[in-house]
Amino acid sequence: MNTLMPYLIIGATVFTLGIFTIIYKKNAVGILMGVELVLNSVNINFIAFAKFVDKGINGQVVAIFVIILAAAETAIALAIILNIYRTKATVDVTELNEMKH
Amino acid sequence: MITLALYIWLVPLLAFGIQIFLGKRLPRKGDWVSVGAIGISFVLSLIMFVRMLLNYDPNFSVHTSIPWIDAGNFKIAMGIYLDNLAITMAMAVSTVSFVVHIYSIGYMEGDPRYSRFFAYLSLFSFSMLGLIFFDNLFGIFMMWELVGLCSYLLIGFYFEKKSASDAGKKAFITNRVGDWGFLIGLLIVFTTLGTFTLTDIQTLVAQGKLSGGLLTAAGILLFAGAVGKSAQFPLHVWLPDAMEGPTPVSALIHAATMVAAGVYLMARISFMLSFDAMLVVAYVGGFTSLFAATIAITQNDIKRVLAYSTISQLGYMIMAIGVGAYQAGFFHLVTHAMFKAGLFLGSGSVIHAMHHAMHKTGVEEDPNDIRLMGGFRHKMPITYYTFLIFSLALSGIPFFSGFLSKDAILGGTLAFAMAQSNPVHYLLPIFGFTAAIITAFYMFRLIIKTFFGEPKRPDLYEHIHESPKVMTGPLITLATLSIWIFFTLPSISPFGSENSWYYHLIKKPASSVSAQLGHPVLEIPEHIEHAAHVNGMIISVIFALTGILLAYMFYYWKKWDVEAFTNKIRPLYDLSYHKYYIDEIYNATLVRGLLLWNNILAWFDLHIIDGIVNGAAFITRHVSRLSGIFDLSFIDGLVNAVADLTRDTGQLLRKVQTGQIQFYIFGALAGLVLIIIGTLM
Repeated sequence: MNTLMPYLIIGATVFTLGIFTIIYKKNAVGILMGVELVLNSVNINFIAFAKFVDKGINGQVVAIFVIILAAAETAIALAIILNIYRTKATVDVTELNEMKH
Repeated sequence: MITLALYIWLVPLLAFGIQIFLGKRLPRKGDWVSVGAIGISFVLSLIMFVRMLLNYDPNFSVHTSIPWIDAGNFKIAMGIYLDNLAITMAMAVSTVSFVVHIYSIGYMEGDPRYSRFFAYLSLFSFSMLGLIFFDNLFGIFMMWELVGLCSYLLIGFYFEKKSASDAGKKAFITNRVGDWGFLIGLLIVFTTLGTFTLTDIQTLVAQGKLSGGLLTAAGILLFAGAVGKSAQFPLHVWLPDAMEGPTPVSALIHAATMVAAGVYLMARISFMLSFDAMLVVAYVGGFTSLFAATIAITQNDIKRVLAYSTISQLGYMIMAIGVGAYQAGFFHLVTHAMFKAGLFLGSGSVIHAMHHAMHKTGVEEDPNDIRLMGGFRHKMPITYYTFLIFSLALSGIPFFSGFLSKDAILGGTLAFAMAQSNPVHYLLPIFGFTAAIITAFYMFRLIIKTFFGEPKRPDLYEHIHESPKVMTGPLITLATLSIWIFFTLPSISPFGSENSWYYHLIKKPASSVSAQLGHPVLEIPEHIEHAAHVNGMIISVIFALTGILLAYMFYYWKKWDVEAFTNKIRPLYDLSYHKYYIDEIYNATLVRGLLLWNNILAWFDLHIIDGIVNGAAFITRHVSRLSGIFDLSFIDGLVNAVADLTRDTGQLLRKVQTGQIQFYIFGALAGLVLIIIGTLM
């Protein structure tokens, strides 16, 4: 694993799995997990590019930013889900379709 | 002179204008407006007449003309032509009109439409004077129609009475029949000669521009107008019915002036009459004079006797023009105007008295009926004596004006007959002389039955009285003018003379037809002329006296029984009394025929024309229905389809909004992938 490509592939794979999880998970928390996956795949990409292209630490710094922002955003999302559970007694996203035609 | 003529002509028109609009509001209902206007016309005519006498020139004439219509080849000029004939006629017309106006003040007193009567009289005077003064046939025709209109208005003056309004219509329509011929004659003249002006026509006919059969036809057709206007057979039927109008109207229009317009026209166009045309004119006139006289002898309505007498005398005048006795014909026109108007005004005086008597006694019979009269001469002396003078004049007794003119006509017809190779033309003097006896007879029958004998109705007789001075004054005036002396001056012989102012000033115009043909149309040698007049005079006096004698025998001395004689000749009597049933014949044939034709045309209009119109409407309605259906189903269908399409598309598209966020994320992702693929491509 001394080249760039394997890391990118891993990053893409994780990204795709995360997208799939977002699209197909019924549970709201599950979707959040998917979001985490997508964000972390981005992190993998950043780190990989930092090591093999940039040969510096700029990518690693961005990865730290991303982790923190992911955490913050997850906190807020969980707060929203909590509120939804309070009103709708469910976290099944297929039930949350009131803004429809 | 022309300005004098213009004033004479137009002042009555002004009076008409004032009277018709303001008459009712003026004091005395404005009768002074009309009387004043005609008085002015009378005085000016007198001045013109005196100037003519002082001038004493037989060839005097003054003529002005202005182009009225000037459109390329089509030209009509209007103008005034004054010659001795016109001046004398104007004098006669304005005198009689003036006298009648004054008489009307008395006769029409109390009538609710008093002012309108005078307005119409003024309009009539204007029209008649215009007819006299115009120099062209077109202007004469215009005035001709106007006098016809006035006649209609005045005959139907008492229009609430059906017989009166019917009579007015009959007069106008019968006249129109004659005018139809007149118009065709005018057209012939205009299309061949290009002008209506009489002096031009004179020259052009002499040059031969209008000749032969066409000229004769034009002469006869123009004469047709005179047949209508002057009530000659067969268009005489309107004149007796015209007696429905007030008596002043009968005196003015149907005795003296309007009916004389036909004779005046014939005098004016005499220069263009070919020999054949003259024969037609003479025979129509001659026949009419005898025909009408035979009807007059059985009539019991005083005005009807006078009406038929008028027709008969007009026949004399027409016959005179026809045999070339131009001077005689016009002479009789003038003298007849005076005494006939006088006779009518006199009869009006009698009728006025009868009305009064009937009003007083509550009797409701015909005031004109002579069988209710008798012995009136004691109660109405002035009326009687003037009536007597007029009758003597009409009968042709010497010392009166009528003798001079009638004798001239009779002599003229005799001369004509004697100068012709064909003895059949002796019919004309036979017509004339026979009518003369009959004329004398019926006039004196009338006088005896009205003024002599025992009153047939003492109840009415008691209330009979003489008419007011405003009515007897005109009678006296006209009676004076019926004396011989005014017409023989400077000679004073009651047997006429060639030296009279009349024979000197009024001369027969040269025949253009003679000039055209190169030989005289009519040639009567001097000695025949002389013999005819001398013999004619003797015969006419004898015949007149015989007629009077017969009347006396039957009605005064009662030597012969009227009843018995009437029964002996009952068929003839009935024919005469019923006016030869001509009105009935006309009604059965012409009137019914016309109404039938009217009905046919009405049917055609109602069913066929209206059918087509209704059919068109029907088609339109159905086409519009179809069009509506098309619009409703097809057009509206299209519009609705578009709307439906829009709605359905919308329905389809709204399904995107599922409300599920994962779906939206998926959509965004799919779009992103497509863009990436797109840019990579």
